Amino acid sequence: MLNGAPILEARGIHKHFGTLHVLKGVDLVVAPRELVFIIGPSGSGKSTLLRCCNRLEEPSSGSVVVDGIDLLDRRTDINAARRRIGMVFQSFNLYPHMTALGNVTLALRRVLGRGREEAEAIAHAALKRVGLDEKANAYPLELSGGQQQRVAIARAIALEPRVMLFDEPTSALDPELVGGVLKVMRELRESGMTMVVVSHEMGFARAAADRVLFMDHGLVVEEGPPAQIFGEPRAERLRGFLRELDRH
Amino acid sequence: MTNWDNFVFTFFNARVMAEYLPRIIDGFFLTVGLAALIVASGLALGLGLAVIRSFRVRPLNWLIVFLVDLFRALPPLVIIVLIYFGLPPIGLAPSGFVSTWLALTFVLAAFAEEIFWAGILAVPKGQWEAARSTGMSFARTLLWVVLPQAVRLTIPPLTNRTIAITKGTALGSVVAVAEILSQASAGVSFSSNPSPLTLGAIAYLVLFVPVVAFGRWVETRFAWRR
Repeated sequence: MLNGAPILEARGIHKHFGTLHVLKGVDLVVAPRELVFIIGPSGSGKSTLLRCCNRLEEPSSGSVVVDGIDLLDRRTDINAARRRIGMVFQSFNLYPHMTALGNVTLALRRVLGRGREEAEAIAHAALKRVGLDEKANAYPLELSGGQQQRVAIARAIALEPRVMLFDEPTSALDPELVGGVLKVMRELRESGMTMVVVSHEMGFARAAADRVLFMDHGLVVEEGPPAQIFGEPRAERLRGFLRELDRH
Repeated sequence: MTNWDNFVFTFFNARVMAEYLPRIIDGFFLTVGLAALIVASGLALGLGLAVIRSFRVRPLNWLIVFLVDLFRALPPLVIIVLIYFGLPPIGLAPSGFVSTWLALTFVLAAFAEEIFWAGILAVPKGQWEAARSTGMSFARTLLWVVLPQAVRLTIPPLTNRTIAITKGTALGSVVAVAEILSQASAGVSFSSNPSPLTLGAIAYLVLFVPVVAFGRWVETRFAWRR
C-alpha cells in the first residue's frame, strides 16, 4: 500500500482532555496521493486525531511527522509546517469580513508575502478549481453553505499543501448541497492530492477512498480498503456501526 | 413683566448672550480639542491593553485587570483632582487641561479595554483555527482576522461609552480648564443671568449631536449581514 516515504506519519498518538482519554495510542500513516477515510461513531476521537495532525490539538504523547517535519519538536516552526497542511472545517470558518477572494488571498499575502496581483491570480485559479470564480467578490454570508465550503477548500489549496485534512466537511450542509462539495473533493483527489477525510459520507468513501480506518473509543479498531471494510467487516463494533448507518 | 417675558429674560437674554458668545465659542473649540485628544488616546490605549491581554501573560493580565477595575471604579472627577493636586508635590505640575486629558484618557481606556476584550472573546474559536491552519501566526491572526471582527462587534457599546466619557470634559471646569461649562458659569457669575448657560447647553448639543449621529452611521457602515 505504501509507495515511497509517507507524507503524514502519526504514531502512538495519545490525547487526554483532563481525565478523558480521547486517543489511546493511534497510528495514522498516509502515503503520497493516498485518500484515507476515517469513520466511526461520534466521540470516537476521529476529529481529535485529525486536529493532532496539524497541531491544532496538542497530542499528549506520540509523534507527528508531516513531509519530513517533526511537528512536535519544540524547534519546529509550526506556522511554516502548517502551510504544507491544508485544513477544511465542518463549520467552514470563512472570515465574514472579507470577500471570497479576500479569504483566499489573506495567507498568500500575509504569510507567503505575495504581492496583491500575484496573490489574486493564484486565488482566482483556486476559486476556478472549486467552480466559484464568479463569486470572488461575494461575502461569505451571501453564499450558500456548499459554496462557503468550496471557498474554504480554495483557501486551503491556494497554499499548495502537501496534504489536506477534511474534518466532517459536509456534516453542516443541507443534503442537496453535499454533492457539489464531494465533486470538488473527488477532483482534488484525481489531481493527486493526498487527503485525510473524517466524514459520514459512506458512499463517497466506498467510491473514492484507498483505505478506510474505523475508530471507536480512541482506537483504530479495523482498517483496510473500502471493499473490505464495507463488504466483509470483521470487528463486531464495525458491523454494529454499519448496521446503525443502514437504518438511517 | 409677564411670566413668559421673565423666562426669556432669564434664559434667552439676547444682550447677555451676545456679550458672552465669543467666550462660549472659545470654550467650544477647547472642548472639541480636548475631547478629540481623549477619544484618540483613550481608544488607542484601551485597544493596546486588550491586545496585550489577548497574549494571556498571567502577571501582565492581573495588572491590566487591576488598573482597569480601578479606573472604572473611581469617579472621573476624583482622578482629575488627584492628578491636578496630587502630582505637584512629586515635582510634576500638569495644567488643568493635561490633568483632565490624562484622567479621562485613563477612564475611557479602562472601559474601552473591557469592551474590546469582550469583542475579541466573542469572535468564534473557528476563526482562530482557520487562520492558524493556514500558517498565520498568533499576532497576524489577531491583526487580520480577529480584531477586524472584534472591533465591528464593539462599535455600538464603544460609541455610547465614548460619548459618556467625553462629556466628562465639563469636569475640567473644576481645575480651571476654560472649556464650555467653565466659560458659561463664569458668564453667569459676571452677568448675574443664566443665559450663558443656555448658550453652553446649545454648544454641547452642537458638539455631541453630530458625534451621536456619526456613531449611528459607523454602526451601519461596519455592520455585515449575518
